[in-house]
Amino acid sequence: MNGVDRIDQVFRDLKKSGGAAFMPYHAMGYPTRQESVEVVAALAKAGADIIEFGIPHSDPLADGPTIQTATFSALVGGTTVADCLQMSRELRDRGVETPFCAMSYYNPILAFGEERFVEAAADAGMDGLIVPDLPPGESEMLEPACRAAGLATVYMLAPTSTEERIKSVARHTTGFIYLVSVTGITGARDELPPGLPAFVERVRRHTDLPLAVGFGISTGSQAARVANIAQGVVVGSALVKAAGSGEGLEAVRSLAEQLATGSHQTQGESG
Amino acid sequence: MTLSTTSSPVNYGAVPDGTGRFGPYGGKYVPETLMPALEELEEAYLNARIDQEFMQELAHLQHTYVGRPTPLTYARRLSEELGGAQIYLKREDLAHSGAHKINNALGQALLMKRKMGKSRIVAETGAGQHGVATATASALLGIECIVYMGTVDMERQKPNVFRMELLGTEVRSVDSGSQTLKDAINEAIRDWVTNVETTHYLLGSALGPHPYPAMVRDFQSIIGREAHSQMQEPAEGGPGRLPDVIVACVGGGSNAIGIFHPFLEEESVRLIGVEAGGHGIEDGAHAARFADPERGRLGVLQGTKSYVLQDSDGQIALTHSISAGLDYASVGPEHAWLRDVGRSEYTYCTDTQTLAGFKALCELEGIIPALESAHAVGYVLELAPQMAKDQVILINLSGRGDKDLGTVMQTIGGDR
Repeated sequence: MNGVDRIDQVFRDLKKSGGAAFMPYHAMGYPTRQESVEVVAALAKAGADIIEFGIPHSDPLADGPTIQTATFSALVGGTTVADCLQMSRELRDRGVETPFCAMSYYNPILAFGEERFVEAAADAGMDGLIVPDLPPGESEMLEPACRAAGLATVYMLAPTSTEERIKSVARHTTGFIYLVSVTGITGARDELPPGLPAFVERVRRHTDLPLAVGFGISTGSQAARVANIAQGVVVGSALVKAAGSGEGLEAVRSLAEQLATGSHQTQGESG
Repeated sequence: MTLSTTSSPVNYGAVPDGTGRFGPYGGKYVPETLMPALEELEEAYLNARIDQEFMQELAHLQHTYVGRPTPLTYARRLSEELGGAQIYLKREDLAHSGAHKINNALGQALLMKRKMGKSRIVAETGAGQHGVATATASALLGIECIVYMGTVDMERQKPNVFRMELLGTEVRSVDSGSQTLKDAINEAIRDWVTNVETTHYLLGSALGPHPYPAMVRDFQSIIGREAHSQMQEPAEGGPGRLPDVIVACVGGGSNAIGIFHPFLEEESVRLIGVEAGGHGIEDGAHAARFADPERGRLGVLQGTKSYVLQDSDGQIALTHSISAGLDYASVGPEHAWLRDVGRSEYTYCTDTQTLAGFKALCELEGIIPALESAHAVGYVLELAPQMAKDQVILINLSGRGDKDLGTVMQTIGGDR
């Protein structure tokens, strides 16, 4: 099975059992290299279905303060693209089988060499790729490379996306489409946006691909509500914050379990 | 410098193409949330360009409010002192609010007001000149305005911070990263992503995602169009001929592209952009994207593909320049393309050379230039003596230096 197959399998299995995929993000290299590897292992154990493997960039323009601070700290600690791929390999060697999506901005990938990066990522056990500042239309190099290596190309849609752009993203995406819940940057928010169900519905009319919702989700009950309308729940900042807190790994474990439970609830249980 | 005779003529009017590309450069590398806003902006801009009423209103404001056309000044004493080419100055420092930045700020603010259903402007600023220009245009047109500025830049350009506040703009400090222009742009983009439905991002240079590089160039090309006619007209202070060389400083590159663009077809005119050499290329503390073979490479920063100062891992390098306005890790994509096709050349001027240019213009011409513009003057101190007396250099004097007095006092004040 290649990366796309492994991601497809996650959503096929969930269709049978009910509930949505729990898809946590972590900023690799934060708080330290070794701790970030342990965070990913803990997320997998707590019930993550797909893990977003954050490769830090100096200029994360789609990210809010929590992830900005974490990725900056990871870079100061010497985290490199190659080392992030090595961390993926180490986790695979330890038997962690949860699909991984590498998530970074375009410039580190461009500097690494697009084809070389995709091959190295697939070789290190990655299954998909998410690049927030690379919309379809600018990815004429990266997309064929991902196809050849069997990596999923995950594109994003936002509440501002027009019908034309929804169609275009649906054509170029493999694996799942990442729906940005709000017009804004990453970061925990108290409330889910009221327009979210209508937005999901609008995208659903154009595609059968699984839809994962991210940005702003931080609690188990929010996850459960998202699980009612989408096939995946992405959580980043809240978990990164937990990883950087005094309790560290224990805080990550406890929050991840709540989020996994919320995401995996079937329609009937969510009330 | 001449183009190879075997190559087919370059069509300068054909860039950017429909996808916003200047050859391999440019494009739209932004989060999906912003894609519809860029499409909307492009449509509004294309519509405004052919709307006579809009263009007339802009021209009227450029004349009655900005004070255009800005004069052309013959720098007689500087030319005599250097003993070579005759030097002319295009006086963008005399445009209202003190720099060429007003050309673009007014154009975009009017575009938003007349063609887009938005009510709020965000902008970034390095030296504060673009921030002041945007605050000025916003006050004139009655628009809410927020300017993001790195804390390091706020410190070194204090008068401009106060100026913006006087004009009714809120200045928000940016503490992330290097706390300079690049970080202010990141923060302005984050605000824009969050408030995109009500907010226009008034980007200040020929940078960023399409359509900004082309739109900003077009609003700034008034500099070159005026200069093209003034140079040939003795009654307007010109030598009665086109210049042999045009020299302009290049941060993002908007003043340079603005004066270069109307001269692209004039192949006898050499076009030279001057980057910030900081403490020197070997030292590493500079912002000379084209001059550093090790770190200046093809990359993507803040929405556009161009030359970017970066490390081997694609992380954006910290830059240094005595002038906040040139202190940026990337350069406008059209400059990268013009350099590739051999139409324009780029060199750099160190902080030390720049201060020599600054002092020369003060003492010999009675003009206090912005430190950005002083990079062009600093390079001309070297270039002019190598040229014949019947040759002509045109410098784009992009801004005035009142805002830099603090920096200059700290740097050379001790010598007095």
